[in-house]
Amino acid sequence: MWRYIGRKLFVYLLTFIVAVTINWMIPRFMPGDPVRSMLSRASVGDPEALERMTNYYNEVFGLDQPLHQQYLSFWSGLFKGDLGISTMLYPQPVLDIILRAVPYTLGLLIPAILLSWIIGNRFGAFAARSKVLDNTVLPVGYILTATPYMWLALLLAWSLGIVAGVFPVAGGYSYSLRPDFSWMFISSLLTHWFLPFLSLFIVALGGWAIGMRNMIIYELEADYANYLQALGAPRRLVRRYAFRNAMLPQITGLAVQLGTIIAGALLTEIVFNYPGLGTLILNSLNSRDFFLLQGIFLFVVVGVLIANFIIDIVYVLIDPRTRVQMTGGSS
Amino acid sequence: MTLRVNDLKVYYQTLRGDVHALDGVTFDLADGEIMGLAGESGCGKTTLGKSLIRLDSRMRHVGGTVELDGKDVPVGDDEAMVPFRYHEISLIPQYAMSALNPTRKIGRMVNELLRARGVRPADIADELKRRLELVGLDPDVLDRFPIELSGGMKQRVVMVISTLLNPSLLIADEVTSALDVSTQRAVAESLVEFRDREYVKSMIFVTHDISLVYQMADTIMVMYAGHIVEKASAKTVINEPRHPYTQMLIGALPEVGSTTVQGRLEGIPGTPPGLLDPPTGCRFKDRCPLAFDKCSERPPLVEIEPGHWAACWKTG
Ligand SMILES: Nc1ncnc2c1ncn2[C@@H]1O[C@H](COP(=O)(O)OP(=O)(O)OP(=O)(O)O)[C@@H](O)[C@H]1O
Ligand code: SF4
Ligand SMILES: [Mg+2]
Repeated sequence: MWRYIGRKLFVYLLTFIVAVTINWMIPRFMPGDPVRSMLSRASVGDPEALERMTNYYNEVFGLDQPLHQQYLSFWSGLFKGDLGISTMLYPQPVLDIILRAVPYTLGLLIPAILLSWIIGNRFGAFAARSKVLDNTVLPVGYILTATPYMWLALLLAWSLGIVAGVFPVAGGYSYSLRPDFSWMFISSLLTHWFLPFLSLFIVALGGWAIGMRNMIIYELEADYANYLQALGAPRRLVRRYAFRNAMLPQITGLAVQLGTIIAGALLTEIVFNYPGLGTLILNSLNSRDFFLLQGIFLFVVVGVLIANFIIDIVYVLIDPRTRVQMTGGSS
Repeated sequence: MTLRVNDLKVYYQTLRGDVHALDGVTFDLADGEIMGLAGESGCGKTTLGKSLIRLDSRMRHVGGTVELDGKDVPVGDDEAMVPFRYHEISLIPQYAMSALNPTRKIGRMVNELLRARGVRPADIADELKRRLELVGLDPDVLDRFPIELSGGMKQRVVMVISTLLNPSLLIADEVTSALDVSTQRAVAESLVEFRDREYVKSMIFVTHDISLVYQMADTIMVMYAGHIVEKASAKTVINEPRHPYTQMLIGALPEVGSTTVQGRLEGIPGTPPGLLDPPTGCRFKDRCPLAFDKCSERPPLVEIEPGHWAACWKTG
C-alpha cells in the first residue's frame, strides 16, 4: 500500500517537474521575444516605474546568465513562493493575485464536481430501473453532456440573469460592497456564485447520470448478478452490488473528466466575469502578463495533480481488487 | 419421482422472431438420479437448465409443465419461482468462474445471500466450512476476494454455495469444461459425493464430454435442436444406443470410457438446423442416413424398453 502510494507520488512529482520546466521554457524560447514585447506593451505610465520594471525583469530572466543558472534560480524562486511580479497589476506579486482568485475558482469547482457526481450517479442508478425515467433521462442527459459549458453559461446568464433578473450575471459580489463578514456581503457572494455554479453543475450532471445508468445496466447483466438472481436473491441485494461495482469506473471517470471540468470552469468564469483563475487568465492574456499566466498555469497543474492523486487513493481504498493486488495476497 | 417435465416449450424472443430452443421436452428424473445431458453446441442444454430455475428476460414460457416432488413448479412466473430457487432448485452456472461478485469477500457475499433467503448464516457456518473442506478447500477462502482464487477453486466454491441449502434438484451446466483433466475428475467426483451424501437429491449434469458423463451419470439424455432424441441408462446409451443421432454421436467418439481420450461431440457431417424457423418433423432428418417419408412427421418420444426412451420412427 505505502509502496504503491510512494510510486504514485513519484510519478506525480515527475509530472510536476516536467510541467514546471515547460512553463519555464515557454516565455524564454517563444519566438518574438515575448518578454521584451510584454514590457514595451505594459501600460505603465510612469517612466521611472518602467525603468524599474525593466531592470527587475532583466534580473529575473538573468539574460546575462547561462541557461542552467536561469533554470535553477527559477526553481529556487518557486520554493520561496516567488512567482515574480505582475506587469498587469504592477507591483503586486503574482502569488498574491493568484491566491486572491483561487478561492473563487475552488468555490465553484469543488461543489460543482462533488454534487454533480453524487447526484448524477444516484439519479442515473435510479433511472436505470424505471422505463419512463430512463426514456426521459437518457435524451436529456445526452443533450446536457453535449452542451458546451460556455453555451449553457450564456443561456443561463441570459434567461435567469437578464430576462428574469433573478440573479446577477457579473462579478464575485456586488461592486457596491466591500468584503466583510456581513450577511449582506455573504448573500451577495452566494447570489453571484449561483449561476456559474449551476451551469457547471448541470453540464456535468448529465454525463454522470448517463454513465451510471449504462454501468448499472451492464452490471445487472453481469454473471454474478445472474447467478444471484438464479438463487433467488432479491433485486435489492443485486442492485446494491451493481451500484457499488458501477461506482468504481465512475471514480476513474472523475479523474479522466477533471481536466474538462476545470477547463469548463475557467470558461464559465469568463462568461460571468467571475473573479477566479479563468477570468484572470483572460485578463493576463489581454495584457500579455506572462508572469501571471505562468503562475496561473502552475497552479492549475498542481491542482489537477493533487486532485488526481486524491482520486487515486480513494479508488484504491474502495476497490478491493487493486487493494488485494497491492498487498499481494490475503491479509 | 423427483422431477417431471412435460412437453416444456421455452422460446427466445428476438427481433427476427422466436427461437424455438426448447420445443416440447418431456422427461422424468428419479430420486438420487444423476442425469447427463449431452448434445451438440446450441441444442438447448443451457436453455433447459435455465428454464427449470430462472428464465432470463428474453425467454418466454410457451407451454408445458414442470413438477418437483409432487409440487407444480411455475417456471413462467418469476415471482412465484422465488421460493423454489436455491431452496429446492439450484444451479451451478456455465459461467461459474465469474459467478461471484468481484468486490465482495466470498464469505460476506454468502452471508448476504443466505440472509436474503431467510437463512441465518450462523446456523449454517459450520456446515459451510465442512463442505469447503470436503471439496479440498481451506475455509480461509471465505476471507478472500474471488480474484485471489484460481479458476478451479472458484468452481468448487460455487459448487459448495449452490448446494448449501440441500436442494432437491441441482443443475450443473458444463461445470468441468473450463478445467484441466485431473481437476475435471475431482469436480465430477465431488458432485457424485454430494449426491451420495444427499446434499442434493438429483442432478442434471450438462456436458459436451460423453466419456466423463459415462463415468459419473446414472442416465444420459441426448438432445438435438431443441428436442429430446434419446434417454436411457448411461450404459445403454453408450453401448446400445438406438437413435441414429446418438449412434453417430457415439460412433464419432474415439474411445469411450477411457480417461485420457476426451470425447467431444463433433464429427457428424452437416450442421443442426436453425431454431428460428425449425423444420417440421424429425429435426435430424437432413443429416440422418436412415431418413424416409415418415420422418416429415415429428416422431414421439416412446419407451422402447423399460427405462429406454427414443424419438425415431425407425426405433418404434
Ligand atoms: N439470448 C438468446 N437469444 C436468442 N437465441 C438464443 C439465446 N440464447 C440461446 N439462443 C439459441 O438457443 C439455442 C440453444 O442455446 P443453448 O445455450 O441452450 O445451447 P447449449 O446446448 O447450452 O449449447 P452449448 O453447448 O454451446 O452451451 C441456440 O440455438 C442458441 O442460438
Ligand atoms: S425419425 Fe427419421 S430422420 Fe429422424 S432419426 Fe429417425 S430415421 Fe432419422
Ligand atoms: Mg450451454
